[in-house]
Amino acid sequence: MSVAIIDYGSGNLRSAAKAFERAAREAGYAGAVQVTADPDVVRRADRVVLPGVGAFADCKAGLDAVPGMVETLDEVVLRGGKPFLGICVGMQLLAARGREKATTEGLGWIGGEVRLITPADPALKVPHMGWNTLDLVRPHPILADVPTGERGLHAYFVHSYHFVPDDPAHGVATTDYGGPVTAIVGRDTVVGTQFHPEKSQTLGLALIRNFLAWRP
Amino acid sequence: MLKARVIPCLDVKDGRVVKGVNFVDLRDAGDPVEAAAAYDAAGADELCFLDITASHEARGTLLDVVERTAALCFMPVTVGGGIRTNDDIRALLLAGADKVSINSAAVADRSFVGRAADKFGDQCIVVSIDAKRVSGPDEAPRWEIFTHGGRKATGIDALAFAEDVVRLGAGELLVTSMDRDGTKIGFDLPLTRAIADRVTVPVIASGGVGTLDHLVEGILQGHATAVLAASIFHFGTHTIGEAKAHMAAAGIPMRLDPSELAGPR
Repeated sequence: MSVAIIDYGSGNLRSAAKAFERAAREAGYAGAVQVTADPDVVRRADRVVLPGVGAFADCKAGLDAVPGMVETLDEVVLRGGKPFLGICVGMQLLAARGREKATTEGLGWIGGEVRLITPADPALKVPHMGWNTLDLVRPHPILADVPTGERGLHAYFVHSYHFVPDDPAHGVATTDYGGPVTAIVGRDTVVGTQFHPEKSQTLGLALIRNFLAWRP
Repeated sequence: MLKARVIPCLDVKDGRVVKGVNFVDLRDAGDPVEAAAAYDAAGADELCFLDITASHEARGTLLDVVERTAALCFMPVTVGGGIRTNDDIRALLLAGADKVSINSAAVADRSFVGRAADKFGDQCIVVSIDAKRVSGPDEAPRWEIFTHGGRKATGIDALAFAEDVVRLGAGELLVTSMDRDGTKIGFDLPLTRAIADRVTVPVIASGGVGTLDHLVEGILQGHATAVLAASIFHFGTHTIGEAKAHMAAAGIPMRLDPSELAGPR
């Protein structure tokens, strides 16, 4: 089992790599977790992870700037069916468009756009920052045995924008912040989390183990 | 529902915890990484490292601390102290920090907050506000920004500064009362509330925690969404678990997940 974590200048790769290393070790998978900007490494990996911290436009420009990466992802994930996990802005980039500050085209793998969170309660602060529970929209293997609902485990969020999918069937889980906020989207072998599994302690490690075990 | 956060803060100097941490059997009470791992296992919602290393040359030790922490702790980490440039921020984020806390550099040049937020996103830029009450007992309350550990007045109004840095892109404010810091008599609640009610971003209350009731007050009366404390946790007066249970009993939504991180790694 090899995991490629894509390095496109978007920070905080160490935390993601360490969390994947630990989850892989605990699940008994041999193999390497590689932080890489090399499309060939992505092509050979069993799992692909796209992290992302920062602004949508900045992250998209960073990803576009890695020679051959977007084309390779289209080829091996979208058409080739390799399991893929996007994290935070890495998840948002799956959308057709981002509306953070300017309008920016995303990868367009999942229809929809990334918009500012507008909690119904004006006293709620933006960014949505901290620990929140997940509400299941539909069952998904990456949430296998993860307790959801108000009494479930918590995930760590830090974001001001969220993914609004065109097709509700592409939603996997939401979180409540003055109304539902998209927490997980998924389609075929592609899944993305708005929260940070690598920072979400028990829930995060369970989700990563599930992603590694996923056989879509 | 979003939960209130409890954030222990570790002061780090030359790669060592100042004064040490005594709440649990650690092999080395002065090792910030061991302390961080213990807080992670104890259920802390975030961790804050405040670097008080005097010389810029010694900052490599802080990056090493952050790197080793990120390898062990799967919890959010904020790092503050001496951050002056986007390169400083990038180095910390690459080492594994999730957020950085900017203090004197924001006071000296507010536009730095905007440049940092444009580059790294609002959500990872925390502005740390050290304020002292400067109005007399019979006047309407007024707070001023102080630097150099509360010794140097700047003449800058704390509320106006808070609004300004949020407009520029700060994603969170860490509000510390320099009147209360180290006193254990509780937060300056009017200060915390005045800022929290005025800005759209989350506010962390800091400075003065001596009892668990103080943590409750910070959320319910100060309108903060997170509380930061140091000595009551470091010296074993209370555990993180006790703090969160006490806050939950007061009706504050808290994260009380069981941790699987205490086991072998």
